[in-house]
Amino acid sequence: MSYTFLQNYWWFLIALLGGLLVSLMFVQGANLHLGNRTLSDLQKRMILNSTGRKWELTFTTLVTFGGAFFASFPLFYSTSFGGAYWVWVLILISFVFQAVSYEFQNKKENLIGSQSFRVFLMINGILAPLLIGTAVGTFFTGSDFTVNKVAITDPSAPVISTWGNNWHGLEAVLEYHALLLGCTLVFLTGTLGALYVLHNVDDKAIHAQMRRSIKIDLLPFLIFFLSWVLILLVRQGYAVDENGTVSLEKFKYLHNLLQMPAVLVMLLAGVVLVLLGIWKGGFTQSRKGFWFTAPGAVLVVMAVFFLAGYNNTAYYPSYTDLQSSLTIRNSSSSPFTLQVMLWVSLLIPFVLAYIVYAWRQMDKKRITPEEIDSTPHKY
Amino acid sequence: MDVIAWSRLQFAMTAAYHWLFVPFTLGVAMVMAVMETLYVVKKDEFWKKTAQFWMKLFAINFAVGIATGIILEFEFGTNWSNYSWFVGDLFGAPLAIEGILAFFMEATFFAVMFFGWDKVSPRFHLASTWLTGIGATISAYWILVANGWMQNPVGTTFNPETVRSEMASAAAFWEVISNPVAVSKFFHSVTSGWVTGGVFVVGISCWYLLKNRQKKFAKASILVGSIVGIVGSFAVMLSGDASGVHAAEFQPMKLAAAEGLEDGGRKAAFTIVPGIKIPGMLSILATHDINGFVPGINDILNGYTDNEGNEIPSVAEKMAMGREALVALSIYRTTDDPSEKAEARYALEENVQYMGYGHLEKPEDVIPPVGVVFWAFRFMIGLGMLLLLELLVVGFLAWKDKLEGKKWLFIAALVCIPLVYICGQAGWVVAEVGRQPWTIQGLLPVNVAISSLSAGAVKTTFFLFLAIFSLFLVIEIRILIGAIKKGPETPNE
Repeated sequence: MSYTFLQNYWWFLIALLGGLLVSLMFVQGANLHLGNRTLSDLQKRMILNSTGRKWELTFTTLVTFGGAFFASFPLFYSTSFGGAYWVWVLILISFVFQAVSYEFQNKKENLIGSQSFRVFLMINGILAPLLIGTAVGTFFTGSDFTVNKVAITDPSAPVISTWGNNWHGLEAVLEYHALLLGCTLVFLTGTLGALYVLHNVDDKAIHAQMRRSIKIDLLPFLIFFLSWVLILLVRQGYAVDENGTVSLEKFKYLHNLLQMPAVLVMLLAGVVLVLLGIWKGGFTQSRKGFWFTAPGAVLVVMAVFFLAGYNNTAYYPSYTDLQSSLTIRNSSSSPFTLQVMLWVSLLIPFVLAYIVYAWRQMDKKRITPEEIDSTPHKY
Repeated sequence: MDVIAWSRLQFAMTAAYHWLFVPFTLGVAMVMAVMETLYVVKKDEFWKKTAQFWMKLFAINFAVGIATGIILEFEFGTNWSNYSWFVGDLFGAPLAIEGILAFFMEATFFAVMFFGWDKVSPRFHLASTWLTGIGATISAYWILVANGWMQNPVGTTFNPETVRSEMASAAAFWEVISNPVAVSKFFHSVTSGWVTGGVFVVGISCWYLLKNRQKKFAKASILVGSIVGIVGSFAVMLSGDASGVHAAEFQPMKLAAAEGLEDGGRKAAFTIVPGIKIPGMLSILATHDINGFVPGINDILNGYTDNEGNEIPSVAEKMAMGREALVALSIYRTTDDPSEKAEARYALEENVQYMGYGHLEKPEDVIPPVGVVFWAFRFMIGLGMLLLLELLVVGFLAWKDKLEGKKWLFIAALVCIPLVYICGQAGWVVAEVGRQPWTIQGLLPVNVAISSLSAGAVKTTFFLFLAIFSLFLVIEIRILIGAIKKGPETPNE
C-alpha cells in the first residue's frame, strides 16, 4: 500500500468520524429543549432520559475523533490543540460539564441544584456545535500559526508549532465565514435533536413542540448553511503543488467540487437527505425523519472534510505563513503507523455492528413516564 | 513558576484526579459483575439487588472518570504540543485504538447495563455488565501501552526528515504493544484498581454492619469485595516486583531515587525507612541476583558499567553528544550544501541516541525530586501491605461468619477507604515524578515537550480545571454518601 493511499484512507476515516460526531450531537441539540417553558418537568425528564442513554456514544466519538486525529495526523493535533488553546479548552469544559450533568442533576445532594446542571447541558448544546463548527470552519479560512521544525534544536524557543496571537483560537469567532459554519451546526444539531426526541419519546405534547422547533430551525439553518456554501465556492483556497508548496488559488473549493464529482454527489445527496428528514419530521406525521437527516448529515460533513483535504488542498492552512499550512501529506504519521492503524480500522465494522445491535435492543421500547419508572437507573 | 512548571502541574493534577475515579471503576466493575453472575447462576433476586446497589455507586463515579479522562487526552495536544508532534507517530496509535476498541465497548454496554434490565435477556444483560468492565480494562491496557512507551521507548527511530520519533517498522508495533514495562504496568494498575474496589466495597459494607443495617447484604458484599481485593493485592505484588526489575533495567535513576541511593554497588541494601536496611535486598529485588549491580545517583551521573558489561557514559558525556546531535540536526535541516548535509547526517546518527540529553542544562537535571519519590514509594508499599492485611482479616471473619460486633474492625475498614486512594496516588507519584525530567525516557525532557503558551494562560486553565474537578469531587462524594445512607433495596435482614 502506498503512503499516499494510507494518508487518503485516514483522511477518509477522520471525515467519517467527524460526520458521525456531528450526527450524534443530536444529544446536544435535544438538550436545548430543557429550556422550553411549555414543557412540564416530567416531559423534560423524558427528554433527559432519552438523550441520557446515548450521550456516552457521542462523547466516545469525540474522544475517538481526537485520538484518531492524533494517531494519523499528529501535526494537526500539536498545532491546533496547542495553538487554538482557548477554543479547545472551552469545548472540553462544556463537554466535561455535560458528562456529569446527567448523573448529578436529579440528585438532591448535588450542591448547586438541578436547574444548574440542566443549564450546563444547554450551554453544551450551544457551545459544542458552535465552537466545533467554527473550528472546522477554519479549515477553509486559515489560522494564524507557523510551523518550524528546526525550532526543537533551539533551547530558548523549542516549540515547533507556534500561534501568532494571544487569543489562541478565539479570534476565529470573528472570522465570519468560519462562524457561519458554527451557526449552521447549532441549528443542524438542534434539528437532529428534535428529530431524535420525536422518534424516541412517546408524548403528544413533546411531539408538537419538536415539530414546531424543526419548522422554526429550518429557515436559520438554510440561511447559515447556504451562505456558508456560497462563500466557500467563491472564496480563494489553499492549493498544494507536487513539491508541497502552498499557494492561494481562486475558486479553489469550487474547483475541488467540480474536479471530484463523487464529492459533489455526496454533498447533494446529503443535503437532500437532511431536508427530506426535516420535511418528514416537521411537516408530516412521520416520526422517522431522524433516519434521513442523520445519515444525510454524515454525508455532508464527510463531503466538507473531503473538500478541505483532498485534491491537493491544505486542510489546515496558515494565513500567516502559507508554507506552514498543514496538508494530509505533510502532517501525517509515518507509513508504518498508518498501516498498523489500517489493520486496526478493519475492526470498525464490528464495533458499529454491536453498537447498532445494542441501540436497536434499547430503543425497542420508547420513552414514556412508565418506562422511566420501571428502570432502576434513571435521570 | 514558568509555563513548564504550570503545564506539569496541570497535567499532574488532571491525572491525579482521573486516578481517583478510574481504580474505582475497574474494581467495582469486577465486584458487580461477579455479583450479577451469582444472580444469573443462582437466580436469586438478592444478588440482583446487591449488584444493582454497587452499580448505582459505579454510575455516580463513572461520569467524573470520563470527564477527567477527556481532558487528559486532549492535554497532550493543548499543553504538550512538541511532545504530540515528536512522538505522535507512536503515541497516538494506542490512544486511537483505545477509542475504537475499548471506549465504544464501555459506552455501549454501560447504557445496556443501566437501562436494559427489562429490555434484554438476563444473559445479554450479564454480558453487558462484564463487557463494561472489560472495556474499561482494555482501555487501561492501551493507555498504559502509551504510558509504558514513555517510560521505555521501544520500536522507534528518529527521522531527521520529519524531526520526530517514528515507528521503526510495522513489526515494531508489536514491540510497542508487548513492551514489558507496559505489560507489568497494566497488571499493576488494573489489579490495584481491584484492590481499590475491594477495599471500598468492604469498607462501605462494614459501615452497614456498624449501623446494624443490611447485614446479609453487607456480609455477602464483604465476601465478594475481599476476594476481588485479595486477588488484586497478590497480583499487584507480583507485577510490582516486575516493575522494580524494569525500573532497574530501563530507568535506573527512578529506582535510585525511590531508594534514595546515592552510591550504588553490588549486594545493595534495601532501605525500609532511613536507618533500617536489609543488606543485599535491593540487588535481589532489582536484578533478582544478590550480586547484581544497582547504580546509585552518583554512578548514573558519573558513568558506570552495567550488569551486561556495557559502559554507560556519564551524564555530562551524554549531554555533549546530545548537543552535537542537535547542532547536526539544525545544520542538516538548514543547509543546501550536499556535502555539509551528508556530514551533518553522519554526525547526527552518531549521537542521536543521546539527543534528548542535549536539551538539558546541567547533569543534575536528570535527578528527580528524591525525597518525594522515596517517601511516595514507602507509602505505596506500606499502605498496600496494610490494606492486604485488612482484606484478609475482614474477608476471613466474614467467611467464618464471625464479624458480629467487631466495631473496631468496621471502623478500621472504613478508614482504609481513604488509605487505598492515597496508596494508588503514591504509586503514580513514584512512576511519574520518578522519571523526571523526561516525558519520554532519554528522548524528550519536559522543557522541550511543551506548547508555546504563556505561563498565565496555563495557570488560568490550571485553576479552572482544579475548581471544576474539585467541585465534581465534592458533589460526587455527597451523592455517594446519600446513596449509601439510603442503602440497597435488598430486604433489611
